[in-house]
Amino acid sequence: MKPAAPPPTGKPRLTTSAMIASIAGEGQKTKPAPFGHALVEVAKTRPDVLGMTADLGKYTDLHIFGQAFPDRYYQMGMAEQLLFGAASGLAAEGFTPFATTYAVFATRRAYDFIHQTIAEEDRNVKIVCALPGLTSGYGPSHQAAEDLALMRAMPNMTVIDPCDAHEIEQVVPAIAAHRGPVYMRLLRGQVPVVLDEYGYTFELGRAKTLRGGDDVLIISSGIMTMRALDAAEELKADRIGAAVLHVPTIKPLDTETILREAGKTGRMVVVAENHTVVGGLGEAVAGLLLRSGVYPAFRQIGLPDEFLAAGALPTLHDRYGISTAAVVSRIKEWLSR
Amino acid sequence: MTPSKGHNKELAERAYRVRRNAVRMGEVQGQGYIAQALDIADVLATAYFHAMRYRPEDPNWEGRDRFLLSNGHYAIALYAALIEAGIIPEEELETYGSDESRLPMSGMASYTPGMEMSGGSLGVGMSIAVGMAMGLKRKKSDSRVYILFSDGELDEGSVWEAMMSAAHHKLDNIIAVVDVNNQQADGPSTQVMAFEPLGQKLEAFGWFVQRIDGNDLDAVVDAFDAAKDHKAPKPRIIVADTLMGKGVPFLEAREKNHFIRVDAHEWQLALAALDEGRLA
Repeated sequence: MKPAAPPPTGKPRLTTSAMIASIAGEGQKTKPAPFGHALVEVAKTRPDVLGMTADLGKYTDLHIFGQAFPDRYYQMGMAEQLLFGAASGLAAEGFTPFATTYAVFATRRAYDFIHQTIAEEDRNVKIVCALPGLTSGYGPSHQAAEDLALMRAMPNMTVIDPCDAHEIEQVVPAIAAHRGPVYMRLLRGQVPVVLDEYGYTFELGRAKTLRGGDDVLIISSGIMTMRALDAAEELKADRIGAAVLHVPTIKPLDTETILREAGKTGRMVVVAENHTVVGGLGEAVAGLLLRSGVYPAFRQIGLPDEFLAAGALPTLHDRYGISTAAVVSRIKEWLSR
Repeated sequence: MTPSKGHNKELAERAYRVRRNAVRMGEVQGQGYIAQALDIADVLATAYFHAMRYRPEDPNWEGRDRFLLSNGHYAIALYAALIEAGIIPEEELETYGSDESRLPMSGMASYTPGMEMSGGSLGVGMSIAVGMAMGLKRKKSDSRVYILFSDGELDEGSVWEAMMSAAHHKLDNIIAVVDVNNQQADGPSTQVMAFEPLGQKLEAFGWFVQRIDGNDLDAVVDAFDAAKDHKAPKPRIIVADTLMGKGVPFLEAREKNHFIRVDAHEWQLALAALDEGRLA
């Protein structure tokens, strides 16, 4: 969707400059490069762990690893098909490569290479991708609105969508310890720290309830869990009880916890994801509920099935309904009907 | 250097047996990639019975040279060589392309002992070779990565990005063979997408290049030896011009086709033609 005309004058326009806009709110607590630092920690005791990138080391925080372990860092050039094929070859030789690029280039350009050389051959490669979903204002070339759908559809692939720096620090050692291909969505740069306040610990394959509530259950992953927590706080002011179930492992899905939480009567289930409504967490949960005979009122918050506009992230998140304000207003509207 | 010119009687016998195994597998299906198997038999015989290091009883032996089959539909040829090498029992050739077989039509790593990668999605092999070669160097292994791919795969950009990378990383432990039989799915490869002058292109990409008649065993042996002995820190590639159907004159003469049908009675004729060539 493109703007039809210049916006009315008098109002300051937000601008897009950096390709990777920060997703941190103003004054929000953050940590720098949690992925890079966590990988360095893992690599200290794991000589098999390698770093590889396709000309995006600095933009995926892998440069931190490269500085710590220069002889274990492979610059593969701007060649994503090569990146993942070579990662497969290194894994075949017993190494554990963490291969980084942007989500669009891994999941769209190099899909067949990941499918054939990593997933089909069941190679121990960790695919770590910045700019997941709508986290860039550069338009569809950099917006991986469908990355989860693509990676979910691939047998053998574990798919993870972490929420914040606190979680990323735990996901990295967990996927290094897990044998098999993994796709991890990456937040890089100054990454918000949120989940520490909830006493949260990441467990591969587990969904966790972050807060309770009697009126609506928000099932979310990635940055939408941040939005859901903020929204729940705002809804509380309106005496709406919103529970938040965080599902960082998109595949394999924690079916037991999701069914248990969604099966509690009297709550509308809202799945919120930074992803197109096609084929992501929302449809995964919907399919699970239908197959299991659990029929709550069900709504989806996600990106529309269209090519998204360029623009400043706050503008786009509002426009496409994944900002906190948008989540709050939609839930209120749905509950009031 | 191994003695060449006329000293390759043993290899000729190996190549004969590889062709024979391939024809017998072809007969199981009645059709298939038999012309390619016949054209590449001399290269595979030289790789498995002259150039490469491996242990038939332990296909995953760490000290082995790796052999990557990027053009997965050439599996019939590689199975024929793996049978001759004692890695796959000969009786399994009767299962080629059948349900529950370890020998599927397109080669896959998880199905077959001695098959190092899942090929068939043409253009993926060279990037795996780059990673394996890097991995072997990391392990200070002197094992090499051999990779076979086809002239049709030269259409795939991924092959060229991987070749550029192999030179950039000075992967002198890669020995690639590209089978130039000038045939791909839609016709002669040079007409589908012109790739000549191939040798110059590959040299410009930083490779040590040899171009040979891939059906001249002496030349194939010399090329593998030179690839191993070469001193420059470059990946090595042998451009092997081959004749589809080689060794079975009526198949050599047949109109070229990527996937050929052979009539039931012709399989015995093909085996007889191979026998005749063996005696000659």
